[in-house]
Amino acid sequence: MRKLKVQKSYRDINDKIKSGDVVVVTAEEIIDIVKEEGPVEAARRVDVVTTGTFAPMCSSGAFINFGHATPTIKASKVWLNKVPAYAGIAAVDCYIGATEPCEDDPLNKVHPGTFNYGGGHVIQDLVAGKKVHLKVTAYGTDCYPNRMIEKEIAIRSIPNAVLCSPRNGYQNYNCAVNLTNKTKYTYMGILKPKAGNANYCSAGQLSPLFNDPYYKTIGLGTRIFLGGGVGYVTWAGTQHNPSVKRSPAGFPLRPAGTLWTMGNLKEMHPDWLVGVSILGYGCSLAVGLGVPIPILNEEIVQYTAVTDEELYTQVIDYGNDYPNGVSKSLGEVSYAELKSGFITLKDKTIRTVPLSSIVKARKVAETLKDWILKGEFTLGEPQFTLPAG
Amino acid sequence: MDSKILILRFPKTEVQKPVVCNLARKYDLTFNILNATIFPREEGLMVLELSGPRKKFKEGVLYLKDQGVNVKTASQDIKRIDKKCTHCGACTAVCPTGALYIQRPEMVVIFDQKKCSICELCIFACPTRAMKISPSAHTFF
Ligand code: SF4
Ligand code: SF4
Repeated sequence: MRKLKVQKSYRDINDKIKSGDVVVVTAEEIIDIVKEEGPVEAARRVDVVTTGTFAPMCSSGAFINFGHATPTIKASKVWLNKVPAYAGIAAVDCYIGATEPCEDDPLNKVHPGTFNYGGGHVIQDLVAGKKVHLKVTAYGTDCYPNRMIEKEIAIRSIPNAVLCSPRNGYQNYNCAVNLTNKTKYTYMGILKPKAGNANYCSAGQLSPLFNDPYYKTIGLGTRIFLGGGVGYVTWAGTQHNPSVKRSPAGFPLRPAGTLWTMGNLKEMHPDWLVGVSILGYGCSLAVGLGVPIPILNEEIVQYTAVTDEELYTQVIDYGNDYPNGVSKSLGEVSYAELKSGFITLKDKTIRTVPLSSIVKARKVAETLKDWILKGEFTLGEPQFTLPAG
Repeated sequence: MDSKILILRFPKTEVQKPVVCNLARKYDLTFNILNATIFPREEGLMVLELSGPRKKFKEGVLYLKDQGVNVKTASQDIKRIDKKCTHCGACTAVCPTGALYIQRPEMVVIFDQKKCSICELCIFACPTRAMKISPSAHTFF
């Protein structure tokens, strides 16, 4: 193994955060620094690179403990603003998932359904401090005789609310087109027939896992920006798949790593947890997520200097292939091309449509940078890092 | 110079007539058709942006009325609740006129109401429901 010229520890960096000497830049700002000064000098000078992303993340949700009633109850079924929450845990805990639609939603009966309100919206309303209608039914036991409660709850008045999302921050994602003759309404947005548009969903060079492609600094205990508050990476997310094909520089060319995230919902903000309605698909939650990358050495800073020109993804047909479980690539495109507004696929020029907000991703990275510079946020050293394949 | 988005309703008999072309030729106006539909009972509806010198513009509108065309300015506006917009860009998949577009390299999503044809496609395409139909405040004719 090549000898590293710069070696910093988490503790070195945290000491600098506490003393106010820390140097923090965003994943966009680091690009020119590494280009001009080289990775060794950049690693000496910069301590933390902040990343950010803001996009619908369907595998999100929150555990809510709504507190005991008198007489006591062991919930069998729970609804929050008419959206069912999972209650198969004890006794006044439930889990509200982002994609759960309102119980009386007509769904896709008239296609494409509009999915105006669901679990993601409940989470946003809770975080915004709004009153949420709680309905609980139960079968009744000797210790928990109550069979039904109905009341208004607000985030201040409930004992616990914890955002706990099994899959966030996908490292890379497909670019979607539709090769059929009919408009398709997908979780990748509206896809016009005959490859009328190409939709993509990644913050590219700002995206957390693109800046640490082998998860050298990310694992259980990494402290992050989550939903406008402070959260943690607690595990590899579901479907975490580090072994996909990578570019020679090490960046995955297909969806790869994911994060399991957790944080106190009570400290989050409705600007960063936004309920969304995806036409013809369903409800979801757009999440603001940012990971600080500690610059422990020059190798890590080199990764954070990645640009949209060096990051690629595959174009997948969501008209026929994807619904049939086929993930055949129609072509490889860079995020620089995708962000330019057009891609070329087999000599055809296709308009691109983003689904992930770069404006808000940038704001996440800036906010995280601010917190660290002010000494309010220190780095969490992971107990172990995510599997790198 | 006047430029307005007009909604024209053609009665059954007028649908075939090249009214709009005459309008441009006779009154030296430029137009841009934003939306055109013929309904089952053969009434035609056209949303167009018409521009030209103020005087000609008025004469042109009078000509349309003489031809039996019902002329209205857009009676509904599409508005964006800016606070709700996350600048994701999803709406640019459907907006046919480019009223919703992305300003690069900032990747800010701009809504240029002047270019809006009031097709309403963005209303449900916007995941945060930031786009709203509202009654228009102004009537010109
Ligand atoms: S209504 Fe919406 S989609 Fe249609 S032109 Fe106006 S802004 Fe574009
Ligand atoms: S889809 Fe809605 S939230 Fe997204 S950029 Fe367009 S108006 Fe804004």
